[in-house]
Amino acid sequence: MTPDLIYGLTGIAVFAIGLVGALCAQDRLRRVLALKLCSVGAGFLLVVGAWRTPPMAPDPVPHALVITGIVVMVSATAVALALIRRLQTLESSDDDD
Amino acid sequence: MMTIDPVTLAIFLPLFGAVAAFVAPRAAALIGLGTLALTAAAVGLLARDVIATGAVIVPLGGWGAPLGIELRADGLSVAMLVLSVAVGFLVSLSALDALKGPANARQRQYFWPLWLLLLTGMNGVYLSSDIFNLYVMIEIIALAAVGLTVLTGTRAAVRAGLDYMYASILGALLFLMGVGFIYLQLGRLDFAGLMDAEPTGALFAAVALMLVGLALKTALFPLHFWLPAAHANATAPASALLSGLVVKAALYIVLRLSQYMPFPSESLLTLIGVMGAGAVIWGGIQALRAERLKLLVAWSTVTQIGLIFVAFARAGEAGLTESWKAAALLILAHGVAKAAMFLAVGRIKDEVGHDTIRDLDRAPVRPTLAQFTFALAAISLIGLPPSLGFIGKWSLMEGAMAAGYWHWIAVTMIGTLMSVAYFSRVFAGFLRFDRVRGTVAEHQGWAVADAAPLALAAMAIALGLMAAPILNFIEIGYPFGEAK
Repeated sequence: MTPDLIYGLTGIAVFAIGLVGALCAQDRLRRVLALKLCSVGAGFLLVVGAWRTPPMAPDPVPHALVITGIVVMVSATAVALALIRRLQTLESSDDDD
Repeated sequence: MMTIDPVTLAIFLPLFGAVAAFVAPRAAALIGLGTLALTAAAVGLLARDVIATGAVIVPLGGWGAPLGIELRADGLSVAMLVLSVAVGFLVSLSALDALKGPANARQRQYFWPLWLLLLTGMNGVYLSSDIFNLYVMIEIIALAAVGLTVLTGTRAAVRAGLDYMYASILGALLFLMGVGFIYLQLGRLDFAGLMDAEPTGALFAAVALMLVGLALKTALFPLHFWLPAAHANATAPASALLSGLVVKAALYIVLRLSQYMPFPSESLLTLIGVMGAGAVIWGGIQALRAERLKLLVAWSTVTQIGLIFVAFARAGEAGLTESWKAAALLILAHGVAKAAMFLAVGRIKDEVGHDTIRDLDRAPVRPTLAQFTFALAAISLIGLPPSLGFIGKWSLMEGAMAAGYWHWIAVTMIGTLMSVAYFSRVFAGFLRFDRVRGTVAEHQGWAVADAAPLALAAMAIALGLMAAPILNFIEIGYPFGEAK
């Protein structure tokens, strides 16, 4: 097994763990964390794909994609967390739930 | 020197408008309508260019593909732009009335920036010509759409919005994973580079990942779980935008993939058709069981999306070069008709005070014109002639017949019958006057606010008479290679 294959499979495994969590977790915060894990897995895979055997420079395009993906994920996480907080406030102020 | 062209303007005008509407909430409605008018002008110019010279390509900042971002407008993208701007403009007019009053000040403040941001994302999707740009744009759409879903701030809406957010993030990540796999295999992300790709098993896997992500975003059965609650609990103009326009963006990407990618094999295409058939039947059953009018209309969206996927699969792999046109017609028809229907339901709910289907026939108030609008929109959604929905369904069945795929015709027929059944539940409530306890209240039956939904519903019918020019228009610039 070459190192990039090991790293690539690790990325897929991390994505899969996140996927299971996102589908199965009941707790709202856990689901957000699972989705974060998915994005880490996807990013990991792209970074590994950019790797080239040393004298060659790594491919910069996947790095740019990963950075964009991170920015997108940060804003998505922020919105999800804001919604969770609001929902918690609404639920604690209501007695009939 | 930076040249300004209508393609760039169609994306950046709504973006600047969104920022301006956020910074100046008092003038938000004015900024919103002004931005829409300017965007409509840009789209008009673009349509003229596309008709005159065929597909228009703009390399942003002078950096062309494969490294830079290229925007590309052809007949189909301009048709989608016109759909989002025209429907959006009428929904905006209707939002002026639906969100008036001091009680809605907060909703009004956030509606305009979110809606303009949504328009930015949708126009971006329709003009993108590489799959990573598409990923970024569908995320912009998702953030704005979730904002619109939770605009009312009720517990049910926030809960539905959160589920929508989870589905959206997961869908986008699956799409991103597919994009990553494609880049690692081909080293290209632009459509031009993808078209010549050798169809390998690994590429199919990547496309399948992207398709699952898009199915989650567009709510294809059985990944539709988030849609009914999200669309039914939003405020009426937001529901119209979400159901009429937002789900179309992900559908459009599926359409593009089917045009440009070495598409999944026959069996995967059949799977898509079966999922669509599941949506048609399950959505129909749920619409028959729905107690609230908005929920019924939301489930009808699930069935219509299923139908569009059946249109993709209607003639198998060989027929895909024609099938996308049937799907595109259904997308346009549903966009106009469903926006009209959600606005009409919002008007009925405003006038009657509730949207419980069982009690519609007991209402002492009869918003006749809104009910008429609902019926006109239903005609297009059921697919009765001469509406655009009829033309879409007809071309679906025509292709399926030509290919000898009779099972897709059966599914379409079952879906049509079910839609007649569940919309009849509503019509029965509209038409029965004998159940009213006491006298029917004084009500003129119409208001100025009915104008925008009625115009949309009339469009849904009248566009059916223009189906031939529309079909010619969406073919401009297809296939990809002929672009200048």
